[in-house]
Amino acid sequence: MSINATLLIQIIAFVLLIWFVNKVLWGPISKLMEERQKRIADGLSAAEKGKRELELAEKRAKEVLKEAKEQAQNIIGQAEKRANEIVDDAKTKAQEEADRVRAGAQAELAQEVAAAREQLRGDVAKLAVAGAGQILAVEIDAAKHQDILDRLVKQI
Amino acid sequence: MGTVEYIQHHLQNNAVCSVDSINPVTGLCEGFWTFNMDTILISIALGVLIVLAAARLGKRLETGAPSGFQNAVEGVLDFVGGQVRDTFPGKNPLIAPLALTIFVWVWLMNFMDLVPVDLLPLLAQMVTGDPHFHLKVVPTTDLNTTMAMALSVFALIIFYNIKVKGLWGFTKMFLFHPFGKFFIPFNIVMTLIEEVSKPLSLGLRLFGNMFAGELVFLLIALIGGTLAVGIGALFWAPLQALLGLGWLIFHILVITLQAFIFMVLTIVYLGMAHTEMDDH
Repeated sequence: MSINATLLIQIIAFVLLIWFVNKVLWGPISKLMEERQKRIADGLSAAEKGKRELELAEKRAKEVLKEAKEQAQNIIGQAEKRANEIVDDAKTKAQEEADRVRAGAQAELAQEVAAAREQLRGDVAKLAVAGAGQILAVEIDAAKHQDILDRLVKQI
Repeated sequence: MGTVEYIQHHLQNNAVCSVDSINPVTGLCEGFWTFNMDTILISIALGVLIVLAAARLGKRLETGAPSGFQNAVEGVLDFVGGQVRDTFPGKNPLIAPLALTIFVWVWLMNFMDLVPVDLLPLLAQMVTGDPHFHLKVVPTTDLNTTMAMALSVFALIIFYNIKVKGLWGFTKMFLFHPFGKFFIPFNIVMTLIEEVSKPLSLGLRLFGNMFAGELVFLLIALIGGTLAVGIGALFWAPLQALLGLGWLIFHILVITLQAFIFMVLTIVYLGMAHTEMDDH
């Protein structure tokens, strides 16, 4: 029960045991626990980051969708405008074409009327000359009175 | 065998010494150069047990989700590490393994107290064939074990005091603490008492608690052992079992608490050694 040399042995044993415990127990296992702690922390922060990124992506997706909708609306509007323009264009062109055709027809008609009138005048002149020739028979020489006949024709 | 002899026999270490150191009257070893073989062997065996268990665990450490033994060990490590983080200022890689060693080793040595008091001595007596074979199974009921740890801690306290505060700082602590420069002689005495009381309180507290606990176990063992003659055994034997169980359950608390106190005080003392003194 008294202090004796056992004390020295126990001190040596104690010191050695501390060394061993540090070597085989505290060292490796606390390192392992630290690593695990770090891994868990990393995982949590990664999850947090992922969540944040997801939120961001959702927000961006919404924006893109909105933009796309707007663009689609724009395109539809433009297409409608363009269609209207084309229809208007076609209308004006058709109107012009119709006017042109009508004008051409009228001009042709007028020409033909004029030609017919000319011909008719000629025919009437001939008829008048023939009639007059028949009436006057010999007295009137067609070649001799050509200028008189022409004047007549012009007066018709 | 009488009551007194029974108790004395149980509290006698298995000592080995040179022939001249043996008291011719009692036949027991005297003098400093005596080795308590039971204390040494059991404490070292428990230390080896710790190292082997740790080494075995170290081979199949699981990084992910540990189970069973590793989980329990990690729990203890976490607990000790938490204590160190909470009470120890600054960083010192020695403190945590030291605290862990103290806690586990002291607990295991204390745990030997829960082994029935007569079991191991009787086994040893049967094996050796010597009916007077001495075996004191609880190393912490030997003052040598507790003082060995306390003095080791004390050596660390002085070492870190000088390392952190410097030799002059350490001297100043003796001169100007706790009452300033006008009470220097008084301060030296006070600080000396304060410092010396640290290892003494560490070692003696553990020794006293375990020794007293062991003594109570012996007294309880005596109830059935010496008083149970004839019909009285019907009363005394169950009483002994009941009291033994009660003290056993209480003692589970005591051995853990004592191991914990030794650990925490070690951390606190070393923490104090690591803090700079405020100048008076």
